[in-house]
Amino acid sequence: MVHETVAATNAVVTLDVGLPGVVWGWIITMNMWAKSIGTGVIFMLFYLLKKYPVEAAAYRFKVALISVIAIHVFLLFTVIDLHQMFRFWHIFFHPHFTSAITVGAWMATLFVGLLFLLLYASFIKKDTILFDKVLAWTVVLAIPVTLYTAGLMAQSTARELWQMPTEAAQMIFAATLSGSAVMILIGNRLSYEAKRDLGIILAFSALGAFILYMSELVFGPMKAEEVAAVLEFIKGNGEYATMFWVGQILAFVGPFILVVLALMNRSTSILNLASISALVGLWISKHVWLVIPQLLNMS
Amino acid sequence: MQLGFLVDLHLCMGCKGCEIACKVENEVPLSTWRLRVKYVDVGMFPETKRTFTPLRCNHCANAPCERICPVSALHYIENGIVNIDKERCIGCAGCVMACPYGAIYIDPETQTADKCTYCAHRVASSMMPACVVACPVEANIFGDLDDKTSNISKYIQAHQGDVQVRKPEKGTLPHHYYVGGGNVHLNPLASRRDEGYSLFNKLTSKMPVGGDH
Repeated sequence: MVHETVAATNAVVTLDVGLPGVVWGWIITMNMWAKSIGTGVIFMLFYLLKKYPVEAAAYRFKVALISVIAIHVFLLFTVIDLHQMFRFWHIFFHPHFTSAITVGAWMATLFVGLLFLLLYASFIKKDTILFDKVLAWTVVLAIPVTLYTAGLMAQSTARELWQMPTEAAQMIFAATLSGSAVMILIGNRLSYEAKRDLGIILAFSALGAFILYMSELVFGPMKAEEVAAVLEFIKGNGEYATMFWVGQILAFVGPFILVVLALMNRSTSILNLASISALVGLWISKHVWLVIPQLLNMS
Repeated sequence: MQLGFLVDLHLCMGCKGCEIACKVENEVPLSTWRLRVKYVDVGMFPETKRTFTPLRCNHCANAPCERICPVSALHYIENGIVNIDKERCIGCAGCVMACPYGAIYIDPETQTADKCTYCAHRVASSMMPACVVACPVEANIFGDLDDKTSNISKYIQAHQGDVQVRKPEKGTLPHHYYVGGGNVHLNPLASRRDEGYSLFNKLTSKMPVGGDH
């Protein structure tokens, strides 16, 4: 390990430029968080319509609307993060399809089109058969829309912390976690059994994501020197250590325990608390994971 | 044709002539650098040594910046240079995230990505890059890697065993080589950065919409 030699050589940078700082910051965190909700609620609606078709029927329009809003928040933050936001149209007229950004932008656009079709079917035409047919395609497209950010992070060769397929799994867990959380919060008319199912999805999503984060925290440094250096920012007295653990507890550990308690007590209010905690914590967890690799000097 | 760079670190004396020539030639704004020379001090007094490492874009054969660019603003030209079209760039900073060498920055004036282009505009006019011309000790060697008789090819042949690239494990296949480089020169993790002892630590620049992250 190179850091072992630093003490021996006492090599210290005495003249260089400053670090460029965090280039992808909270705006990109908002982007990922909102997208998780936008696709997650679609997954949950599909599940509920299959398992509890009668009581879930009332949520067709509501979920489509929430998804449209969330996806537009995602798109808004995607665009305002561009340093040249008024050139966004270049993605459609000068596309470079090796880039996950391009692929993601095209898929997200198609996804928005399907969401508006869902709104049309549920609000104007009131055609549940059409809605359910379109929903099936929307669910299929929601999978790559959820995953493309993981592809983008994997293409970021400089940031070894963002690995595939771990990031892909994290994106799916984020979508199912936030989707189930939102459905629990808006699901006043759902039966306890439906909410219980959503709670179980939330708990297993939280558990899966937490296991992945902890695995990376413990085992990541054993394979890659840059990963080891990056993870120092969330270990011990690291700059982001507190924020990391607050995020882990709010997003994953807390909600998992709360869901268990809720199921033991048949309590929907505890489920609501778990959902709010998961949504807040997810933002924090995503933000820390986004920022810390950017604190490492690449040269 | 495949243009490439080689820096003989035995020769470099850290005068920063290349850095200034690059700044002037390419009108690189304050707070940003296409090419910079990093100083690293090694050892304990009186057994100390200062190393100098010019750092610029590596013009990789498998360039992550070119792959991640959503609009082909970063693109290869026929002589192997990874060039940038600033009019097309949307400023997504994907390339900044992708470059393992920290060679790409967001130009605070144009709000687009920018980096060393091996002075593609000068090369197109059969001139050497500005940094090559400015180097007083000819530590910067530039030429066609596909031409076995070029200076750079001969230099590489003559120094086999001592020719290195930065971060070869990334699989980017850089076309920028160093002779006489050690871990301290080429690996950013092999030295520490004491806050307050480097120049330019507290830079501010024009921020994009969204402000300071």
